[in-house]
Amino acid sequence: MTFSAKRWREDFPILRPSAKGRWVYLDSAATTQKPEAVLRAVDDYYRRYNANVHRGVYRIAAEATERYEEARQRVARFIGGDPRGLIFTRNTSEAINLVAYAWGLDNLKEGDAILVTAAEHHSNLVPWQLVAKRTGARLRVIPLDEEGHLDLSQLPELLEGVKMVALGHASNVLGTVNPVEEVIRAAHEKGALVLLDAAQSVPRMPVDVKALDCDFLAFSGHKMLAPMGIGVLWGKPEILEKMAPFLGGGEMIGRVEWEGSTWREIPWKFEAGTPNVGGAIGLLAAVDYLEKVGMAAIARREEELGQLMARRLRELPGVVVYGPRGQRTGIVAFNVEGVHPHDVSQILDEEGVAIRAGHHCCQPLHRLLQAGSSCRASVYLYNDEEDVDRLVAAVQKVREVFRVPG
Amino acid sequence: MSLDDLYQELILEHARYPHHRGTLADPTVTLDAQNPTCGDEIHLQLKLSGDERKIEDIAFSGHGCSISQASASMMTDLVLGLSVKEALEKVQAFQDMMRTGEPREGLGDAVALAGVSRFPVRIKCALLAWMALKEALEETGAM
Ligand SMILES: Cc1ncc(COP(=O)(O)O)c(C=O)c1O
Repeated sequence: MTFSAKRWREDFPILRPSAKGRWVYLDSAATTQKPEAVLRAVDDYYRRYNANVHRGVYRIAAEATERYEEARQRVARFIGGDPRGLIFTRNTSEAINLVAYAWGLDNLKEGDAILVTAAEHHSNLVPWQLVAKRTGARLRVIPLDEEGHLDLSQLPELLEGVKMVALGHASNVLGTVNPVEEVIRAAHEKGALVLLDAAQSVPRMPVDVKALDCDFLAFSGHKMLAPMGIGVLWGKPEILEKMAPFLGGGEMIGRVEWEGSTWREIPWKFEAGTPNVGGAIGLLAAVDYLEKVGMAAIARREEELGQLMARRLRELPGVVVYGPRGQRTGIVAFNVEGVHPHDVSQILDEEGVAIRAGHHCCQPLHRLLQAGSSCRASVYLYNDEEDVDRLVAAVQKVREVFRVPG
Repeated sequence: MSLDDLYQELILEHARYPHHRGTLADPTVTLDAQNPTCGDEIHLQLKLSGDERKIEDIAFSGHGCSISQASASMMTDLVLGLSVKEALEKVQAFQDMMRTGEPREGLGDAVALAGVSRFPVRIKCALLAWMALKEALEETGAM
């Protein structure tokens, strides 16, 4: 069965061709576009049953609560996790900060280590730097090989004294998928916990937290068809139960006295204040949509397009493509020799092709690649071979305008 | 406004072969400026004459897109030999041009950058060197 991007594309109003022709969106690693089904679900909530959740007795308050909790169940099933461990956050960054603060401040001390990788997004690096500073713990880094794969040859030594491994699952720059099972197994043997930054994996491949046996998993709704402002932290219930709350406020309390308060059970202990109900309902619709397309099919398709894009770009003289030559996701970072990424993306925009230019929140990685910044093209289920042709033709145009030799 | 206006031959020439790129042996003032959203950086150096407060020499290094590099090159051509006060007036004129999109007189080659004002995300690229110059001159003024 062939994958019909064209058919899925019709579900996305923003991607419909304009009078100027078809616009090619290749920035889904930053945020994806939204299908009708998601837009309708959010619209329906606000038009028909908008009410604050929990404690409301009237009909639509009950309906809103029911749908919000259904979203929790549904998203937990999507990642194969216990719904009691599923906490709604704003995004991946907030989910990681929750663990860094609520777990880190009470469990890290001087002499402990936190292990990250050289390819981490700032979201999975800066929170740990902040908490390391407060606790006296130290950050240690798993290096990369020339192709961008994790170099795990020193893993046992690197794990000495480590309490937390904060690990990107799929890179937002290199297109790599890290062998997280191996790292998780080794970390658990040494008594360390593992948090997976799954912002780029949950949207584009099947992810099962039970099979992976990770302790925490963080991802963003907006990178998987849902609205902005809804994200997820999943954690093992037995670990979450022992953690102190992150934010205090309404909804998360048991009983409040002047001397102190008790907390609600998980996951609500970690959801202070009015949550993003419309966002959670949008995420529910997004997950339904993704399962209709099929996560395994999405992963296969992305790999195909990623390979094609990397190969076609590498064929152009004066173009460098970062990351592995073998297996990869549909996220491809590259540079055109002598032309700044801003100039590349400006010309691509004129050709109707949207890509991202910059350091993609990975400054340490770009230093490693010896590039101040890069261009990044990333595909999703609505992209196809024709989009890759358009990208390649537009990069050719860049080479003409800037007279790149070769 | 088309791309051809943004990437005029004159701008591409300056970007490809920037004038006054390098470092000074004996600068009066050195200033580093960054555009944190895109990571562009400029290191600007000035040599001022003792009493007349004239820009005797100027050099820049760092990295950035064609617009920021061309803009720095054009700026250094323009302000070399000017007094601090005159140079600050040029900076003001350039800022006005970026705001209004109206070409300004007395900006030399930099007038070619007037069209950048129609690409809002690129205005910061064009302004980087000029803001660095302004800060550097204000710093020396206080000395
Ligand atoms: C690997 C990775 N981690 C974390 C994030 C942060 O996601 P958000 O900005 O939604 O918190 C992103 C996306 O920008 C990402 O690609």
